[in-house]
Amino acid sequence: MLSIKNLKVEIQGKEILKGINLEARAGEVHAIMGPNGTGKSTLASVIAGREVFDVTGGKIIYKGKNLFDLSVEARACEGIFLGFQYPVEIPGVSLVNFMKTALNEQRKYKGLDPIPAKEFLQKMEQTKKLLEMQTSLTTRSVNEGFSGGEKKKNEIFQLAMLEPTLAILDETDSGLDIDALRVVASGVNKLRTENNTFIVITHYQRLLEYIVPDFVHVLFDGRIVKSGGRELAIELEEKGYEWIRQHT
Amino acid sequence: MEKDQNNILEEITQQDYKYGFYTDIEMDIFPKGLNEDTIRMISDRKNEPEFMLDFRLKAFRKWQEMTEPQWAHIKYKSIDYQDIIYYAAPKKKKTLSNLDEIDPELIETFNKLGISLEEQKRLTGVAVDAVIDSISVKTTFSATLAKLGIIFCSFSDAVQNHPDLIQQYMASVVPINDNFFAALNSAVFSDGSFCYVPKGVRCPLELSTYFRINAANTGQFERTLIIADEGSYVSYMEGCTAPMRDENQLHAAIVEIVAMKDAEVKYSTVQNWYPGNKKGEGGIFNFVTKRGICKGNNSKISWTQVETGSAITWKYPSVVLMGDNSIGEFYSVAVTNHYQQADTGTKMIHLGKNTRSTIISKGISAGHSNNSYRGLVKMIKRAENARNFTQCDSLLLGDKCGAHTFPYIHNENKSSIVEHEATTSKISEDQLFYCKQRGIDSENAVGLIVNGYAREVLKHLPLEFAIEAQKLLAISLEGSVG
Repeated sequence: MLSIKNLKVEIQGKEILKGINLEARAGEVHAIMGPNGTGKSTLASVIAGREVFDVTGGKIIYKGKNLFDLSVEARACEGIFLGFQYPVEIPGVSLVNFMKTALNEQRKYKGLDPIPAKEFLQKMEQTKKLLEMQTSLTTRSVNEGFSGGEKKKNEIFQLAMLEPTLAILDETDSGLDIDALRVVASGVNKLRTENNTFIVITHYQRLLEYIVPDFVHVLFDGRIVKSGGRELAIELEEKGYEWIRQHT
Repeated sequence: MEKDQNNILEEITQQDYKYGFYTDIEMDIFPKGLNEDTIRMISDRKNEPEFMLDFRLKAFRKWQEMTEPQWAHIKYKSIDYQDIIYYAAPKKKKTLSNLDEIDPELIETFNKLGISLEEQKRLTGVAVDAVIDSISVKTTFSATLAKLGIIFCSFSDAVQNHPDLIQQYMASVVPINDNFFAALNSAVFSDGSFCYVPKGVRCPLELSTYFRINAANTGQFERTLIIADEGSYVSYMEGCTAPMRDENQLHAAIVEIVAMKDAEVKYSTVQNWYPGNKKGEGGIFNFVTKRGICKGNNSKISWTQVETGSAITWKYPSVVLMGDNSIGEFYSVAVTNHYQQADTGTKMIHLGKNTRSTIISKGISAGHSNNSYRGLVKMIKRAENARNFTQCDSLLLGDKCGAHTFPYIHNENKSSIVEHEATTSKISEDQLFYCKQRGIDSENAVGLIVNGYAREVLKHLPLEFAIEAQKLLAISLEGSVG
C-alpha cells in the first residue's frame, strides 16, 4: 500500500525529517508516536502533498505510484485521506454540499458519473447512523462554530463518506474528552477493513487502547527510532519519551 | 506559500467571458453625438406624446449644466459624450407577415444567452421583457398577466398606452436632476420595462427584463418603472450581457420603484456586462441610478444584486423609507477581477417611524481590481425607533487587489439604532489545502469557498436566478474572480 524510503524533508532550510522508512500494507493499522516537534505532522502533510515543505531526498510509493508525481487532489482521489489536527472552517459551505462536491470530484477522477442525489443522502444517513452522529452537523457550515470534539467527529464522518484506502489521522485524539474519543475510535474501528490502511498519529497511548494498532513506530528527531507491536506503546507510556532519548 | 496561492488564483481568474459574441443584424442607427436634435429624433422615432419630449428636453438642459461626479473611488479616461451613438435598434424585416414576429436572428441571440422568447419554452413562472440596445424586442406573458390587471410591457408601450401612469410616476423617485447620469438618461433613454401591479394582487410570475448591448459605439440608456399598488406583491429580476469590444461602452440606466401601503417589491439583478479583458481594455461603464420609495405604511422594498461584470460599476440601489413601519433591504455581492472597478452600495433614507433597513454587502476582489462599498444610512428626526443593521464584508483573492469601505451615517434622533459590522478576509492556504485534500481542485475550491462566502446574499435571489448566480460567481472568479 505505502512504502516510504529514506524520506528527507526541510522547511525553510531546516531539516525536519531525516530519513524516514516505513512500510504499510492493506489491512494494517500503524501508530506513529513521539514527543512534540519531532516531525509527526510533517510526515502526514508530506504524504497528503502540502506544498510548504521541501522534499530533499527519498521517495514515497503508494499503490505502485510515485506520490510526488501527483497533485494534492489527485492523491485524495487515489484514496489518501488526511484527518486534520486542526480542521479549517469554511463559512457558508454546508457539510452536505462540501461532501457532495468532494465525492463527485473523486468519482469524476475515476471516470464515474456524479452520485444521484437520493443515493448520496442515503449514504449520508447511513454513515451518520454508523458513527452515531447528530444530524444537525451536516446541515451546518463546514466546521464553522464546531467544538473541538465536533470537528474531529466531522473528520471521521468525512473519512467514512469518502472511503479512502489510506487514512492518516493526525492527532485526532488531541483535545477530545473521553466520550468523544470513544465515538471517534469506534468509528475508526468500524471502518477498518482488509483493504484499507490506517496511520494513526498520536501523542498519547490512550487512543491506542481503543484503536489497537498492528505496529507502533516511535518518531524522534526526524527518524523512526523504534518499531514494534502494541506492547511498544505501553512500554513507552510507562517509561516516557526520556527512555527513547537515552536509547538514541 | 503566499506566492503559490496567488499563482493558483491567477490561473483560476483567467477564464474568458462567455457572452462576448456579436449578432450581425440590420440596425437603425443614429449618427454619433448629442444635441437637442438627437433628442427630438429619439422622441420622434418613438412617436412620443408631447409631454415626453418636454421631459427629455428639460432633462437635457439640466444635464448640460451639470458635471460628472468625481467622488467615487474609480479612475477612467473621461467620457466623450459626443462620441457615442444614442439610438440603435434592430430593424424589423419587411418580409415578416406579422408585425409581432421577431427577427429569427434575435431569437437566436437570446437563445444563445439562455433566454427563450417563446412562451411555451420558458421556465414556468417567469415572464420576460427582452431589451436589445435601444429597444424592447419582446415581452412574454403580457396577456396572461393582463387578466390579473397587471401591466407588464416595454417602457415605450407604456408611454403610448398608459401615459397617465407614466406622467404620474416617472421621475417621482429619481428626479431628472438627481445626478449627472440620471439627467443624461432622462434626456436620451430609449426603452426599458414598465410594470404596474394593481391593489391586492400578488403577481404569480417572476417578472424579468433581459438587457443586451449588441451594437458598437452605442450607449444603452434604459429606464424601468415598477409600481406596486396597495397590498400587492411583485418579484422582479434583471439580467445583462454585452459583446466583447476593445472600446468602453456607456450604460446609464434608471430604475424607479414605488411601493404603496402594504405592498412589497423584490428586485434582483445579476449584472454580467462585459468586464473588459485581462489588461483592463474595453468593458462596459455601468453608471446606474436605482431607487425605490416605500411610500405607504408597512411597505417593503428589497434589492438583491450580484455584480460580476462591467469595467466600472457605479451603482447604489437605495430605499426611501417614507411610510411608517416600512422596510428596506439591500443584499449585494460585487465581484471584481483583472482591472475592474466597482464603487457600489446603497442609501437607506429613514423618514417614517419604526422603519427598518438591512444592508448585507459582500465584496470580492481579485487580480488588480478595486472594490468599494459606499453606503449611507440616514435617519431624520421624525424617524423614531428606526433601525438599521449593516454588515459589510470584503474578501481578497491575491495581493494586488483592493477593498475599500465608505460608510456614512447621519442619525438625527435618539430613539433609533444603527449597527455597522465590517470584516476583511482572504481565502486562506489552509482552506484551499483542506478542499484539495478532499479531492476538490483549486478552481472548484475557490468557487465553493466564494459561494459559501456569498451565501447570505444568494439565498435572497429567486430560485431561477440563484443557480445562475452561483455558476456565474464561480466562473467570474474563474473568469473574473468569485
